[in-house]
Amino acid sequence: MSTAENGGSAGTFTLDRRSPGSAAGTADGGRTAGAVAGVGRPVAAFWRLLASELGLTFRRPRNLVILGVLALVPVIVGITLRAVGGSGEGMDGIVQDVAGNSLMLTFLSFSFLVLLMMPVAVSVVAGDSIAGEAGAGTLRYLLAAPAGRTRLLAVKFLNAVVYSYAVTAVVALSALLTGLLLFPAGPVTLLSGTTVTMTEGLLRIVVCVGYVGAGMAALAAIALALSTFTEVSIGAIAGTIVLVIVSQVLRAIPDLNAVTPYLLPTRFTDFDAVLRSPIDVAALRDGLLAFGAYILLFGSIAWARFSGKDITS
Amino acid sequence: MDTATRADAPDTLVETVGAAIVTRGLTKRFRSGQVAVDALDLTVPRGSVFGFLGPNGSGKTTTIRMLLGLVTPTSGEQSVLGLPPVQALPKVGAVVEGPAFYPYLSGADNLMRFDAADPTASRATARRRIADALDRVGLAAAAGKRYRTYSLGMRQRLAIAAALLRPRELLVLDEPTNGLDPQGTREVRALVKEIAADGTTVFVSSHLLAEVEQMCTHAAIMRAGKLVAQGTIASLSAGLAVRIRVETPDAAAAVRVLERLGMDDVRTGDAHVTAELGGHAPERVNAALVGEGVAVRGLAVVRPSLEDVFVGLTGEGFDVDG
Repeated sequence: MSTAENGGSAGTFTLDRRSPGSAAGTADGGRTAGAVAGVGRPVAAFWRLLASELGLTFRRPRNLVILGVLALVPVIVGITLRAVGGSGEGMDGIVQDVAGNSLMLTFLSFSFLVLLMMPVAVSVVAGDSIAGEAGAGTLRYLLAAPAGRTRLLAVKFLNAVVYSYAVTAVVALSALLTGLLLFPAGPVTLLSGTTVTMTEGLLRIVVCVGYVGAGMAALAAIALALSTFTEVSIGAIAGTIVLVIVSQVLRAIPDLNAVTPYLLPTRFTDFDAVLRSPIDVAALRDGLLAFGAYILLFGSIAWARFSGKDITS
Repeated sequence: MDTATRADAPDTLVETVGAAIVTRGLTKRFRSGQVAVDALDLTVPRGSVFGFLGPNGSGKTTTIRMLLGLVTPTSGEQSVLGLPPVQALPKVGAVVEGPAFYPYLSGADNLMRFDAADPTASRATARRRIADALDRVGLAAAAGKRYRTYSLGMRQRLAIAAALLRPRELLVLDEPTNGLDPQGTREVRALVKEIAADGTTVFVSSHLLAEVEQMCTHAAIMRAGKLVAQGTIASLSAGLAVRIRVETPDAAAAVRVLERLGMDDVRTGDAHVTAELGGHAPERVNAALVGEGVAVRGLAVVRPSLEDVFVGLTGEGFDVDG
């Protein structure tokens, strides 16, 4: 077979693991194997699969369109506020804040998007991750490659985490640029009334992106878990979105106040902790702990389901 | 655990460790209660081209999925290349239940994707191995085209290319000629022969008896989840008689001659007569026929086909539940 690596040349990084005595060694493929296969090998292979996964995600038109739509929202909000603000009427609260400072558009955009549109975007990618491959039949070939079940699941989750942060960053960047173009820059007045410098305002946006991205990653864990239960990706995607909406409804029922802190959307909106002075670290910490708990719980469910699942698609 | 030996089993996996595939009592009962594979004892010798035959729904694909670690057996043992299936996978190339690729990627990018999934494949050589594999199945010219635009035959060949990305010790091909035109079928057969000539064991499932007869050195026959027979092609049909077939307009006269020679099971057809050849030399039979003035238009020795084997073993036609 002509595909074998040339084991003779010293510099060749032949990393195949086939033993020298392997029966079908049609050529010299992998003869250098044992010698070169080092500790870094599985790690490098993991990154290679993750890179492949990211390439697939970020080259897929659907996923790019979603990012584009999310980038458009802050622009529309900014232009609308500029128009309303220009008329000098109906200015109140946050609208006045935005009109007063360019950075505030980022926080306003998050408050518009974090409860539905961003979760939808993340659900599409994470819900599709296993179910989509199963439905297309590519899952059986990935596992026969062999991708390894735990390894593939880890790659799929990390890919969804990266997409979660991409979604969050796109919203923040679009809002920031729009804000800087349409509204005055300068010191930022926080919700608590204190004023911080522009630099500190930007820093707080970075903290906010980190927090919201983590929240989206927690949601991605739920979507991934659902994705292991079906071969129809739309089922996992819709299921995750339904969970988000049901959580909102539960939050709106006063009698259920006791469960509110345990619902993800409650924690999503806690990003406004960065607008307190000083930053409400406790709220952010509790939120991150909640996200971590969700990732642990649903990651375990996904793993338990996927590692023993019969792949019949 | 998969290769554990059982004290009570006389031929345990240890004794057959030289084989490419060994299963003992391999059983899969799905949650629906359906027993897809029932106590399968399969031994695939290294270096063989092994035909895995059976009508559709006889458990072939479920067996292959178990051998590839995609489906967990309900009970029984299995070893692939002397290892539990999942550990053997880097040495195994597989086409399972038809091709499945990413429609929006090119053929080459699709292969890159599956190569990236194999933790033992070298990234440095990936491009060259992909080009070689595509070349080998005749897809070099279509390497940059999106999979979406591939014909069924091209898709099937791309799946085989994916199985050939690395030098393999075992190639598992599930119905590799499904959906191919006669030309494509011939190409796949030629490719299988070429791969086998390199020393790779080829395990090929099919519901086409003639295909297995042409390609394989060994075969196993499945029916309703159970193994009916296995062995070399010759040994499978050894139990069935070789027949002689005489084409003649004088059927009645021919029958008399054959019966006088002491041949068994003489049957008359439309302008031909057949009988079990037994120990007779065909040329002497011919001389006897001509000597008696029977007009012999054609004479042939007919070896039993796998279909005859299947019918003989199960008492029913092969395509019953196809």
